[in-house]
Amino acid sequence: MHSFLSRALRNRSFFIGLIITLFIVFIAALSFLWTPYGIDDQQITTVGLQKPSLTYWLGTDNLGRDLFSRVMVGARNSIAVAVVAVAIGIGIGVPLGCWAAARRGFLDELLMRGNDVIFAFPALLSAVIITAIFGPGAINAIIAIGIFNIPVFARLSRGAALSLWTRDFIMAARAAGKSSARITIEHIIPNMANLLIVQATIAFALGIIQEAGLAYVGLGTQPPFPSWGRMLSEAQTMMALAPHLAIVPGLAIVITVLGLNLLGDGLRDVLDPRLSRKRD
Amino acid sequence: MFEIDKLSLSIGNVPILKQVSLSLQPGKILGIVGESGSGKSLTALSAMQLLPEGSTTSGSIKFNGQELLGAEEELMQDLRGDDMAMIFQEPMTALNPVHTIGDQISEGIILHEQIGRDEASQRTIELLHRVGLPPNQYPLSRYPHELSGGQRQRVMIAMACAQSPDLLIADEPTTALDVTLQAQILELLRSLVDEQGMGLILISHDLAVVAEMTDEIVVMRNGEVLDHGSTGAILRGLKHPYTRQLAKASSHIPTRTLPPVLTTNEKAKKATPLLQINNVSKDYPTARKSLFQPGTPFRAVDQVSFDLYPGQSLGLVGESGCGKSTLARMILALDRPSSGTISVNGVALTNANPKQLKKARRNMQVVFQDPFASFNPRHKVDRLIAEPLYLEGELSANEKSQRVINALDEVGMKPDALDKYPHEFSGGQRQRIAIARALITRPALIVADEPVSALDVSIRAQVLDLLCELREKLGLTYLFISHDLGVVRAICDEVFVMEKGKIVEHGTTEQIFDNPQSRAAKRLVDATPDLERAIANRLRSEKKNMGSNK
Amino acid sequence: MSAYFAKKAAWAIATLIAASLFIFIALEIVPGDPAQVMLGVNATDEAVAALRQSLGLNKPVAERYLSWIGGMLQGDFGKSYTYSVPVSELVSARITISLPLALIALALSTLIALPVGLYAASRRGSIADTAIMALTQIGIAIPNFWFALLLVYVFSIWLRIFPAGGFPGWSDGFIPAFKALLLPAIALALPQAAILSRVTRSALLETMGEDYIRTARAKGLSKRATLWKHALRNALIPVLTILGLQFAYLLAGTIIIENVFYLPGLGRLVFKAISLRDLIVVESVVMMLVATIILINLIVDLAYLWVDPRLRNREG
Repeated sequence: MHSFLSRALRNRSFFIGLIITLFIVFIAALSFLWTPYGIDDQQITTVGLQKPSLTYWLGTDNLGRDLFSRVMVGARNSIAVAVVAVAIGIGIGVPLGCWAAARRGFLDELLMRGNDVIFAFPALLSAVIITAIFGPGAINAIIAIGIFNIPVFARLSRGAALSLWTRDFIMAARAAGKSSARITIEHIIPNMANLLIVQATIAFALGIIQEAGLAYVGLGTQPPFPSWGRMLSEAQTMMALAPHLAIVPGLAIVITVLGLNLLGDGLRDVLDPRLSRKRD
Repeated sequence: MFEIDKLSLSIGNVPILKQVSLSLQPGKILGIVGESGSGKSLTALSAMQLLPEGSTTSGSIKFNGQELLGAEEELMQDLRGDDMAMIFQEPMTALNPVHTIGDQISEGIILHEQIGRDEASQRTIELLHRVGLPPNQYPLSRYPHELSGGQRQRVMIAMACAQSPDLLIADEPTTALDVTLQAQILELLRSLVDEQGMGLILISHDLAVVAEMTDEIVVMRNGEVLDHGSTGAILRGLKHPYTRQLAKASSHIPTRTLPPVLTTNEKAKKATPLLQINNVSKDYPTARKSLFQPGTPFRAVDQVSFDLYPGQSLGLVGESGCGKSTLARMILALDRPSSGTISVNGVALTNANPKQLKKARRNMQVVFQDPFASFNPRHKVDRLIAEPLYLEGELSANEKSQRVINALDEVGMKPDALDKYPHEFSGGQRQRIAIARALITRPALIVADEPVSALDVSIRAQVLDLLCELREKLGLTYLFISHDLGVVRAICDEVFVMEKGKIVEHGTTEQIFDNPQSRAAKRLVDATPDLERAIANRLRSEKKNMGSNK
Repeated sequence: MSAYFAKKAAWAIATLIAASLFIFIALEIVPGDPAQVMLGVNATDEAVAALRQSLGLNKPVAERYLSWIGGMLQGDFGKSYTYSVPVSELVSARITISLPLALIALALSTLIALPVGLYAASRRGSIADTAIMALTQIGIAIPNFWFALLLVYVFSIWLRIFPAGGFPGWSDGFIPAFKALLLPAIALALPQAAILSRVTRSALLETMGEDYIRTARAKGLSKRATLWKHALRNALIPVLTILGLQFAYLLAGTIIIENVFYLPGLGRLVFKAISLRDLIVVESVVMMLVATIILINLIVDLAYLWVDPRLRNREG
């Protein structure tokens, strides 16, 4: 573990990605305890559209609300949605994929075809359907992105599990009389953990973009709760007047996603079994 | 014609080759022998100037008077595939899967001769004829995946010999192939050398192959040339200790003190068989012919029957695809037979209840071929070895660790190995750990699927010794699966020969070796490289040459 | 070859049926009474009953599903409750914006990504490669609708060389319509191109490490010739996979981007329909988009056949 950390920190992508991610998580966590101003406080003294200044670090919006405070709380919202959506993807997708790989045959085929069906529904279309039935809300975004993540993880874990099942050490475990379920838990999942971690980071990054997109078109988080995508759609009408309103939340998204992607790339390099095998 | 002088190579900062020197005359065959990590392949790649990035070289490589080290890339491109060519080890991956074999062979011809497609195709057809792939059976439009390993290696040879190169380098050209295919490919190479008068560098880990094929030998270890000279002189004299060690290891036969138990023994027949295989067949479904027409199933194992008595050491041999590994999987209850029964100690595996199955599994354990793939890379040795103890239900931690330490001791390893991961061990040590894992349930039967094929010869000899020793000490019964008759001869008393899923011959090891009856057995015996036979042939032909020169 | 195609086509049809069932159940069964949902809680019982009658909701479920599918196969998507016109009319007017937009974006992203990926791979480790990789890393992180906002700000508000939004229609000539679609297409294409060029590069580098590349070099081919003749086609296999997946994103992206540029496409229609609770329109539009995605995936499967001969005579 120790050597893993020292090796990981020497990887530039991993290092930068980790710093950015930790920073964003810190900002999001901090927003529970402290923000410069209340997110709904309309600063009466300055009414509307302040440029960034020492008092209002990122300026205020047309209603006079402090942008920095709203971006902080927006981070919390983005992370929460993406984390839950990834958890749904892993929690349902990985067991399904492992099950299909262990059972093979008809069940496997059926499951993979089911995946193809879900693949035909981008998160946006799922969100459209869910919103049409239940009305808009942040939960819709979580479910829609979560559904989108299920086949991603199911396919990944099935592929990895299938190739692991042909390995001799699985044969040895079978010769030791262990059941498929036990082998999956003891041997299969630990050996695909690297892949899953890397994919989770990427899915997390993608989830943040997807959440912002859904919120932007009104299918996700609802006002007045701040979310980055929502803030962008509110800023759109005032682009000519106050471009910073559109630039700031967008940059927040870009930096977060960039950090996560760098972290994922770095992790892939550090954890790649092919590279570490060469090192042996 | 070709001369390497004091070649040194390092990759990154790691020195790989140290002052390697060798030379080759036209029409001659030079063998480079060495175990893995000896630097023999990188010597060849240096000659082709196809070294991995980050390599630095010094010394000199002269080819037809031209210095190749540091030569312009354009010069090398002219030489490669034209005056010097190379054949690689792995025929399955050395051809581009998305181009036809015709295109891949004619590509080089078009490049070097600057002729049209049609003319090049004509030449390609001739070449395919020459390497034994008549184009009416193997048209140019075939893709590599439509050919077998041996056929692909023939395509590689056609590609390499298209321009009648002065120098051909063959890097372990037959290691991935069965012995019978190996013999055919080596024969083809030899006849091409005679025909075209080229110089051939044959790189191999197998001293017997080199002894049969080459005029001169270079023995390498750890990037250095240790021994060098004419094949006859080197192998007759065996002056260098390492060469001697290699030669000894490759024809090593472990000593045995107990008399063999044979199926024909009256004594054995009185005992109950440990393993009974009765009319076992295995069918695999094949792809459907169409939506409504299922494919004809492929019969991998066809009505096999035999008994295995306690204390026997039985070899199951055959070419790859003959069904021997499928049979082994069914014996280990990892796969179900399509028909027939397999019984362990009188209990049929096919309808055993879970408790009986556990007992049967405890009584038979397995050792696999690849010591790298047979362990979960994330578990430490103590957990790896203890895995089969799962079959014995709940054991106290104390008892468990005592059993693990005992098993490790049996295979000659110290308890300090317990806290390490498998990648911290060499191939030979890993195979010892694999044997320890198999021994921990104190089984009567060990099924060993090519347990030494992935090991270097000197390690192989040690592991064979260990297997023999354990058998005598613990009274084990072995079922030994291999395509390598040399290994089988070293350790088995009795041999079954399999071909196309059927057992075609059965006899004592001596009977099979000295007087094979079936076509399959004859082919295997003839093709198996035999160091002593090769040396004898070599000396005879050298004597004849000397006589004719006088 | 035909076996592979037949199998893929059969699965595509099965997927289509499964997807249509899924949509039908989600929008017509799950809500309980669609008529009630569409009219809202304040509607009178008579109005709900009348709507139920006109939508045919009183018929058995299986019959409703079959008549929905059967109708769509004949181009009859039902009648919009809020617009009081056939849905097919609404859709056909708008699909002439959404589909061209998605296709232009797909073409644009492929045309940018393949050469960039090839260039970066052929100069691995150079400054150009490092710069391209850094740029694509950022490109991936940019949400397309935010990029669209920035493009609007720069090209429409600041430089005033592109329309900020709206669509003149194809009837006024190709150029103005194309111009109206160009910025949205760029906004959609660039982030996708960033992903695709990274995939292209890494697929190429991976194939360049294969044994058959060494074989080709041993034949006397130059590094560049090996890249073009041997690596490229093998590298296309993973690239195609990503391309197929990307189309789904692009189509979803189109719907979002239409909001930025006020393009009267399927996206605007579907969002309007959601706010008006016009389930019939939502159902039809979603079904059409899903069908398009499945069709594109079938085309990608066919493209595999062209790239990878190993699939051609493998039956099943």
